[in-house]
Amino acid sequence: MYVAVKGGERAIEAAHDWLAEERRGNPEVPELSIAQIREQMALAVNRVMAEGSLYDPDLAALAIKQARGDLIEAVFLIRAYRTTLPRFGGSVPVETDKMALIRRISATFKDAPGGQVLGPTFDYTHRLLDFKLMAEGAASQAQTRDAAPEPAPHILQLLDRDGLMEPQPRHDSTPPDLTRAPLELPATRPLRLQALTRGDEGFVLSMAYSTQRGYGRTHAFVGELRIGTVAVEMDIPELGFAVEIGEVELTECETVNQFTGSKTEPPQFTRGYGLVFGQSERKAISMSLVDRALRWKELGEEDTGAPAQDEEFVLYHCDNIQATGFLEHIKLPHYVDFQSELELIRRLRAEAQATAAHQEAAE
Amino acid sequence: MSTHLTGGFTDAPTQSARAFRTVLEALARPGQIGTLAGATPPAPLSPAAGALLLTLADQTTPVYLAPLHDTAEIRGWITFHTGAPFVTPEEAVFALGHWAELPLSRLSAGTAEYPDRAASVIVETDALAPANARLTGPGIATQTTARLPETAFFQSNRSLFPLGLDFYFTCGDQVLGLPRSTRVEAL
Amino acid sequence: MNAPHHDPDYNFAYLDEQTKRMIRRAILKGIAVPGYQVPFASREMPMPYGWGTGGVQVTAACLVPEDRLKVIDQGADDTTNAVSIRRFFQRTAGVEATEKTTEASVIQTRHRIPETPLTEGQILVYQVPIPEPLRFLEPRESETRRMHALADYGLMHVKLYEDIARHGAIATSYAYPVEVEGRYVMDPSPIPKFDNPKLGGNPAIQLFGAGREQRIYALPPYTAVRSLDFEDYPFEPSKANHDCDLCGASGSYLDEVITDDQGSRMFVCSDTDYCETRRNAGHRGRLSPEEAR
Repeated sequence: MYVAVKGGERAIEAAHDWLAEERRGNPEVPELSIAQIREQMALAVNRVMAEGSLYDPDLAALAIKQARGDLIEAVFLIRAYRTTLPRFGGSVPVETDKMALIRRISATFKDAPGGQVLGPTFDYTHRLLDFKLMAEGAASQAQTRDAAPEPAPHILQLLDRDGLMEPQPRHDSTPPDLTRAPLELPATRPLRLQALTRGDEGFVLSMAYSTQRGYGRTHAFVGELRIGTVAVEMDIPELGFAVEIGEVELTECETVNQFTGSKTEPPQFTRGYGLVFGQSERKAISMSLVDRALRWKELGEEDTGAPAQDEEFVLYHCDNIQATGFLEHIKLPHYVDFQSELELIRRLRAEAQATAAHQEAAE
Repeated sequence: MSTHLTGGFTDAPTQSARAFRTVLEALARPGQIGTLAGATPPAPLSPAAGALLLTLADQTTPVYLAPLHDTAEIRGWITFHTGAPFVTPEEAVFALGHWAELPLSRLSAGTAEYPDRAASVIVETDALAPANARLTGPGIATQTTARLPETAFFQSNRSLFPLGLDFYFTCGDQVLGLPRSTRVEAL
Repeated sequence: MNAPHHDPDYNFAYLDEQTKRMIRRAILKGIAVPGYQVPFASREMPMPYGWGTGGVQVTAACLVPEDRLKVIDQGADDTTNAVSIRRFFQRTAGVEATEKTTEASVIQTRHRIPETPLTEGQILVYQVPIPEPLRFLEPRESETRRMHALADYGLMHVKLYEDIARHGAIATSYAYPVEVEGRYVMDPSPIPKFDNPKLGGNPAIQLFGAGREQRIYALPPYTAVRSLDFEDYPFEPSKANHDCDLCGASGSYLDEVITDDQGSRMFVCSDTDYCETRRNAGHRGRLSPEEAR
């Protein structure tokens, strides 16, 4: 019977049942709870929230469980869910200088008001497998001290005060939203930043890395990297003031970039900016490097043709949900088009052979 | 009770779906009259024009109202049911009114790169018959006829193609579409 | 038969009303400017980009509860992606499904136009992967948008002409570009060029949705559509030079099916409804079972 590629309804159902069974794995091994994933796979949860553009650790943990640990698949689940949510409005801008910090470092100053706070970092760990973690119940306790009483202002503000930093006028206009309006080029910086913060970590990392290796070099220093929680407030028109509706954990990175000046701008330090949900510092640093590279036009720099300077290239290819969908769609049947190609190639071959035979006969 | 709270769709998802299909068929088949029911807006806004706005307008689509339609009742009704802001003709995504009152030259005809950014015009009329114009172009098998307020404007509108305004003529609960692609001649 | 109902956990046809309004406005502008790609804020759907999200959003914006929906992929109703999309709409819109082209009011398709001529009142929705016909000649959206604005299609003609110079024929067999109403050059989606002649003068409304690329475009009924060609190299629709081995049809697009490891093959209609309707009417092909002949 002619059923070669025709799976139909039963095949789909059977495949999904099999998937559910594989997801659970060996039933003698205890099942993961959402709380376990949320607490113990927190950086994976953070990545799913960042690229899913939805701050909800429990749902991100659920998505990771449902996706069998495939983080892009988990991001996809979160994005598809996010689309169905009603939009009540926008928050007022979060105040990252009032962040309750768990980590804050600067590479440009030995010390600064508020101090350097290493926080829970992999930095300086020796990457040796810790076999103690194979045993259960080995909870460790870190030393504590009272929360730092002194405020920790943004370190780049200090340079700002000396006029060495490019001025960054405050904008109170509502930023565009690429989940609500089609992407239009050239894009504004807020739109680029939105695309980057939800862009694929691997893609943004590679783009940033390419600038370090000379493809659109921007001489970046980490002026400040800070991680912590900030309050999210929303204006309630009926009340006439903003109320706190919750808090989110964020990673913010500001790079200081040497800039010798251009036709339009004096020599000064410029900045790249990264802001990402959760503790996602690789992503935040990468984002700030790519942001800075994309600013070449506004700063009057040379277009070196580097991929990271190419807004259209970066913005159209940084989204892993778009990328993976289109990549994987070539699994779908394409036999109608392939048949069309077969006919064409057969005909071109036949014509080429006929021409060759004709020439031989003539010789 | 204020009238602007009533007269909307009672079951928006299915009523606006049916209304959209009528609008789609109307614009895709210029000259063909469709029935748009379900809205009972305050006079002089016709039920068809009301249904068009309920189906297509929202906070993202500024509306221009020509003077006779620019009443507190109609503004209140449109605001309550769609949230669409009211603007000058230049900024309008939808413009609504009687033919003689509409500032057509001030409406956006789109740009060469984005011809979709042209206004859609809802023209309230007293009658959609008898026909006085011959129509040809996309959506029309050979030719058809329609009643239009004039022909000269539509000829110059066609000459802008792919830019230009798109029209919905409404009368009671009836609608007739005339996209910018249609060629118009006087009968 | 009881009319099906849509899953009350979801809005009718899945999308929220504001999203549907936005898509509906884009569809209407597409109708007003045939062949022009209208940007729209494509939403993230519960199926992957590249798997019909554009078509699904267009269909969702068009469906009414009374519709009968047909979904085909490669011309077949029972391919897995067609089954999956059909089930999505049966669940979220509660519409009735059909496999019969003549009974369907909305048909969503990937890669084919049904063989049975469409009629007024029908809507054909295409799933489109790359809506930009110039994309593989010029990767930059900013450039291709400018070319469309100026109707500057020289690059396309050069490409087709180079094909002829090199191969003696235009080496494009599917997604064959067309010119709409003498203005826009349009990608008809990856249908085989065999289907191109059905694009123009069609009584149905044809809508094209590209989700990942955020574009919607349209052909109103009876629109003039011309496959690009040259006077001395006219466009030729082509198909396998066989009749259908199951229904004997000589004028339908055929799938080539390899039947053993000796290179034996059979040719059957890619449009499963067309083939079945013909067989039910008593038509037979070379490999029809004996008792059926």
